[in-house]
Amino acid sequence: MRIFDPHIHMTSRTTDDYERMAAAGVRAVVEPAFWLGQPRTSAASFTDYFDSLIGWEPFRAGQFGVRHFATIALNPKEANDPRCRPVLDLLPRYLDKDAVVAVGEIGYDSMTPEEDEAFAAQLALAVAYDLPALVHTPHRDKARGCDRTLAVVAESGIDAGRVVVDHLNEVTVKLVRDSGCWLGFSIYPDTKMTPQRMVELLREYGTERMLVNSAADWGRSDPLLTRATGEAMLAAGFSDDDVDKVLWRNPVEFYGQSGRLDLSDLDAAAAVDPQTGNSILRGGS
Amino acid sequence: MTPDSLRAALGGVPDPDWLDTALRRVTTEPTAITRLFPAAGRRCGRAALPDVPGWTADDAARVLLLTSLPGEHAAYAERLYQHGDAAERRAVLRALPLLPIGADGVPLLHDAIRTNDTRLVAAAIGPYARHLDQAAWRQAVLKCVFSGVPLANVADLDTRADGELTAMLAALAAERHAAGRELPADANDLLHRLTAALPREA
Repeated sequence: MRIFDPHIHMTSRTTDDYERMAAAGVRAVVEPAFWLGQPRTSAASFTDYFDSLIGWEPFRAGQFGVRHFATIALNPKEANDPRCRPVLDLLPRYLDKDAVVAVGEIGYDSMTPEEDEAFAAQLALAVAYDLPALVHTPHRDKARGCDRTLAVVAESGIDAGRVVVDHLNEVTVKLVRDSGCWLGFSIYPDTKMTPQRMVELLREYGTERMLVNSAADWGRSDPLLTRATGEAMLAAGFSDDDVDKVLWRNPVEFYGQSGRLDLSDLDAAAAVDPQTGNSILRGGS
Repeated sequence: MTPDSLRAALGGVPDPDWLDTALRRVTTEPTAITRLFPAAGRRCGRAALPDVPGWTADDAARVLLLTSLPGEHAAYAERLYQHGDAAERRAVLRALPLLPIGADGVPLLHDAIRTNDTRLVAAAIGPYARHLDQAAWRQAVLKCVFSGVPLANVADLDTRADGELTAMLAALAAERHAAGRELPADANDLLHRLTAALPREA
């Protein structure tokens, strides 16, 4: 089973997680820029975070043969803090980077006017930089938030096929499916979505435009739930090809729209650089 | 390594017109390098260049963009490094010895050597490291040994290695032996060469 996790916050995970993910078949990940738990108080703090997403984190992933890509954005939660707003002006230089395959996570948290503004501005950046967009949906007032999200996406002029609307559930799936956007599902131990519920949704709605992610972060989450979902699909009678479509080909197709998803030599990627070896696997001296 | 040999080795890149245009453009419009530099990997590829061992197309293209600038090389190198991803940073480090900047790029070497990214450490210990003071240079060599960066990346290794580096390597070897571990083979060889060259005392 080859797995592409299209949404996981590896910054919050340990190196042991990379090792377990690689052993479970995870060969590529996309790490969306998001909130870190502790609210940030300046744009400079974001710069270091974004630099890590395109520098240190891909190196760390590479130790285990995992390809690491990122999406960059000012997240909706911190878009509400005027001290963080200057981040919007820093985004263009990051959207030019090789491993940045979308603008994200953008969208709504509390549906404030500040979030409206940041959301629209960043959808415009996605259009200007010819990148897909990863859109977070709010955890509170989700159904109405989803509705409003789709209206803003439609208004922005971005092609619906270049947008994934994430963290969906039984209540929001149909709305997004009818919009033409891609559908993201975050499989959590017991909240957003579970492997079993996911299997039911795949039965009902099919495998087209469906993206399954672990969204693992600093909270209670599990980077191996992508694999668990693949196994639940097989147990429910889905074929190996269905699993490969959902867990590999779909995310490759979605993020491949960036023109930057370089998955060549994936088998040879076990070492970051064969000339230089590494310093993490051995743990130094 | 010279810009001319890098340019010749890049003859077969997927999109040679892009590179030609980009190199001409930065001579008259230097600020254009800000967006050309990150795009170089996508436009020129990242394949190894057989004519210049140890070089890839993206590194070579980015180095040429920097050497093609009409001036302010140190300022551009610093900004492109600070705003670069790991591949861009590596290219800036490799360009430093080919730029007319004297020792102005040394702070970038210090930054790279502070990281644990072996790609950056390896690029920082090449020819431009002649501008590092001896203490910083020894620490960088030890960091290579410690983190598994092959010592073949270290420029002027045998001529620059001194008694203090020998002592540091011997101490690391002793620490490893005490733990039932060995130095990497290239470091062990270096230690043997250095101790063999020392005058013997009774």
